[in-house]
Amino acid sequence: MKRWLPLILFVALVGFFAKGLFLNPREVPSPFIGRQAPAFTLPLVGNANASFSPVEMKGKVWMMNVWAPWCVSCRQEHGFLMQLTQAGALPIVGLNWKDKDREAAQLLTQTGNPYVAVPEDLDGRVGIDYGVTGTPETYLIDQKGIVQLKHIGPIDADVWKNKFEPKLKELGA
Amino acid sequence: MKHFLTAMLLAFSLPVLANAPADAPKEALPNADDPVIEQRLVNLAEDLRCLVCQNESLAGSHAELAEDLRREIRGQMKSGKSDKEVIEYLTTRYGDFVLYRPPFKPVTYLLWLGPVLFLGIGGGAWVMTLRRRRAAQSIPVDEKKLAAAAQLLEEK
Repeated sequence: MKRWLPLILFVALVGFFAKGLFLNPREVPSPFIGRQAPAFTLPLVGNANASFSPVEMKGKVWMMNVWAPWCVSCRQEHGFLMQLTQAGALPIVGLNWKDKDREAAQLLTQTGNPYVAVPEDLDGRVGIDYGVTGTPETYLIDQKGIVQLKHIGPIDADVWKNKFEPKLKELGA
Repeated sequence: MKHFLTAMLLAFSLPVLANAPADAPKEALPNADDPVIEQRLVNLAEDLRCLVCQNESLAGSHAELAEDLRREIRGQMKSGKSDKEVIEYLTTRYGDFVLYRPPFKPVTYLLWLGPVLFLGIGGGAWVMTLRRRRAAQSIPVDEKKLAAAAQLLEEK
């Protein structure tokens, strides 16, 4: 036993390092999980007279997708969001984050609009209130307005199946 | 041996020195209309992590989000918020991850106390080895054998 102790310790250490090596440093744990989604009211893209506020979604399980026209991986994700909307999965709100060139309206008419509402966060303040570090980021919010899940990076079929679907089942939506 | 130890010490301390956020280049701050607040901002932001380029401090980063966060912090300082309140503002949004100095609380006990723990384990092992060695030395020596050994030495 004693002879094997260094080897056992070494293997344990390698185990820790291997785990650390495969962690994604971008996956910063969000302090909002289990907390009320921050309130805001923002004008809508293409219709500055109308506005959106998370309160309007009370009673529904919905998703807030933070995106921007200048964001390349958002375009990669766009196709899958379109599929979700076409399948009637759940309402998706697309927070248009720091779109200085105001390209969102045009892009959405060109490529299709998967969102029920596209609030415009021009200076990025609402993004900061949600702890956004980059686009795309997606928050799953439940009937009571509590953040249940946060995903950093584009959503694809894999992420949807392994991360979102189990949570949605749990929420009964 | 001594040289080896010095080399090891250097090898391990150099990367630590190179990573120290204090060495990060300071960004020329464009909005320096209030030097007191700018100084407070730089002091505070040096201990905060930029969320985009995670090994850079919020003070040194050129990322757009870092600029936005500095703008927020500047605004809050101007409206009379204390450093503590500003840090609270950031940690409620981004978690303890923004802090380069993690707070001392149950999840970080192992992080903070780990070195002491390992020092204790190492020290304990060292003391035990020393004791065992001393015990091995104090085995009673047979008088007759000692005399025989002395005689052998004399004969030479």
